[in-house]
Amino acid sequence: MKTRSLPLQIGLFIAPVILALALAALLVLAVGADPLAVLQTIWEGATRDSRALGQMVNFWMPLTLVSIGLIVTFTAGLWNIGVEGQMVMGAVFATWGALTLDLPQPLLVAAEIALAMLGGALWAALVGVLKTRLGVHEIFGGVALNALSNVLLIYLISGPWQPPEGGSVRGTPPFPDAAIPSFLSDTFKVSLVAVLVVVAALVAVVLALRGTRWGLELKATGKNARSALLLGVPTRRAAMSAFIVCGALAGIAGLYRVLFTFVSASLRPGVSGGIGFLGVLVVLLIAVRPVWVPFVTLIFAIVLGGSARLQIALGVDSSLAGVLQGSLVLIVLLFNGLRGRLAAREETSEVTAHE
Amino acid sequence: MNEELIRTLNSIVANATPLVIASIGETVTERAGVVNLSLDGSIILSAMVGFVAALASGSPVVGVLAAMLVGGLMALIVAFGGITLRQDQVAVGFVLTLLAANLAQFLGQNYTRIPGPQILNTPLPVVEQIPVIGPVFFRQSIFVYISYVLVFGLWYWLFRTRPGLAHRAVGERPATAFARGTRVNVLRYVYTGVGGALVGLAGAAYSLNVKAGWSTPPSMAGDGWIALAIVIFGGWHPFRVVLGAYLFAGLRVLANVIQRTPDVSIPVVLLNGVPWALMIITLLLVSSGAIERLVRVLPRPAQKWTRNFLRSDPPAALGTRFEPE
Repeated sequence: MKTRSLPLQIGLFIAPVILALALAALLVLAVGADPLAVLQTIWEGATRDSRALGQMVNFWMPLTLVSIGLIVTFTAGLWNIGVEGQMVMGAVFATWGALTLDLPQPLLVAAEIALAMLGGALWAALVGVLKTRLGVHEIFGGVALNALSNVLLIYLISGPWQPPEGGSVRGTPPFPDAAIPSFLSDTFKVSLVAVLVVVAALVAVVLALRGTRWGLELKATGKNARSALLLGVPTRRAAMSAFIVCGALAGIAGLYRVLFTFVSASLRPGVSGGIGFLGVLVVLLIAVRPVWVPFVTLIFAIVLGGSARLQIALGVDSSLAGVLQGSLVLIVLLFNGLRGRLAAREETSEVTAHE
Repeated sequence: MNEELIRTLNSIVANATPLVIASIGETVTERAGVVNLSLDGSIILSAMVGFVAALASGSPVVGVLAAMLVGGLMALIVAFGGITLRQDQVAVGFVLTLLAANLAQFLGQNYTRIPGPQILNTPLPVVEQIPVIGPVFFRQSIFVYISYVLVFGLWYWLFRTRPGLAHRAVGERPATAFARGTRVNVLRYVYTGVGGALVGLAGAAYSLNVKAGWSTPPSMAGDGWIALAIVIFGGWHPFRVVLGAYLFAGLRVLANVIQRTPDVSIPVVLLNGVPWALMIITLLLVSSGAIERLVRVLPRPAQKWTRNFLRSDPPAALGTRFEPE
């Protein structure tokens, strides 16, 4: 790999992006729309004014939180697909606090964050116990608990938490003002407190993974759980702690979605918005390197935020964003393999030492 | 036997069939040592393609073939990424399942909620007259009959034929199989593709029969994950897999019956959680040794047979790579 020339390296880096864009362009043509118009709509949809920028940031922040959390579980070698449900449970717990607790603003917001972390962490701990004590693979535990969290969400919205004016499945009553952190401005609806929480989480996780014993234990567990265990690393505890940390961060992401996604803050169906799964894609794309998180999540947030307008502007389904992101990650994975094969071919005599 | 019960049993068999076909397909793949985690997305995409192809061509047969082609291609991407390019099969499968679901929504955006061709039930002559069994099992669609053939066919193939032995060997002891002259990775490609084509068939069974048509969000979303769990619950054995699928479908139909009963006051939305709770419980039963404890309660002569039937060790080389040197 070291011997490869720089242009080739850059080529292998950019080619997946071009391929994914070309594939998306073909698909857009297939449904009878103009790819350039689509690209322009996405860009303008995310950046045309401060309101759009604010919405984009409000995709960026929760996606970043979830991705940081997933960095932790992936480091420990765990597929925390249950992250979607952990977002939902964070949102549910925090909503309970926002609608019932009677506290002044800073305290109420702090209580919401604590409740969101608790909800997400509890739901993640369930996946963890199923995995470490009862032998149910975390992918299946996660998928099932995702679905169950959504069932609970719909039940709460359509039953106990429905607005007093009558049954609807649209959402809970809007939160009281004290439950919502103030925005930077009336048009740029982003909360400074929320952004600071996200930045703090990012820094804390990067430092903890790099410089603490806990980080080392997670890495050892992720690399080879059996030998880690033989070397005295408490792998079960490492796995549980990874789930709980990821769940707590996902819980805050769920709260963020509740507070800043809709015109008025309230708990609604589909609160996770697929952001948990998108986080999995982000982490796979950057091969679990935390420093890359904010940049990739920014790009994904622009695509996601911008594509919300596609349906209205061009009559093109907004699932195009998911297609673009999914195909990009798939192509990158395949390219990583291709690169590995090329490298193996260069080391001619040696038997492939691919891990 | 009363009409109502027979109708219920008939609908259980009909509703279970796509699950049966998909989990039999995944069993084919996993028996060769490959995990195709893209099931959920594959089913959704092939259902959409099957419906649209049938609509455009006016022929349901074309729809079925197109769906199988899509399912097969998806599985081959997993095989290509996992075997040839040495990437994590789980990663490729998971990304693919998200991608396929989005792709289905995107490409199917102009085909939602419109009437299209359907494959109707065709009672099998003679056998449909058998009391109880006839109306339950043989007044069904062609997909159901295919699922019967698949279940018995796969059992016979795996446990009674020489190529079936090689099929299992590739998933259990690839190095040994290779030493005996089996082309391990070629067979893995073949069985992954065949299994994927069956997953595509399951998609067509949804969109052309059980849940005819196309909508967003797709009505069969999530069933691919349940099919994957059924394979584990079924211990990679065709007979237990089919049992698991009928159990799931049965409890779903039961939930619907409860929902219609006026004096039971369980909120309707909570019943949607039943299959998922069941999924966790069944996986728990398989993995936690609870089954073994249950078996010990049985009379001794029945123990050995039951234990053999309920044994659920995954293929030993499942999800691992094999590099011929």
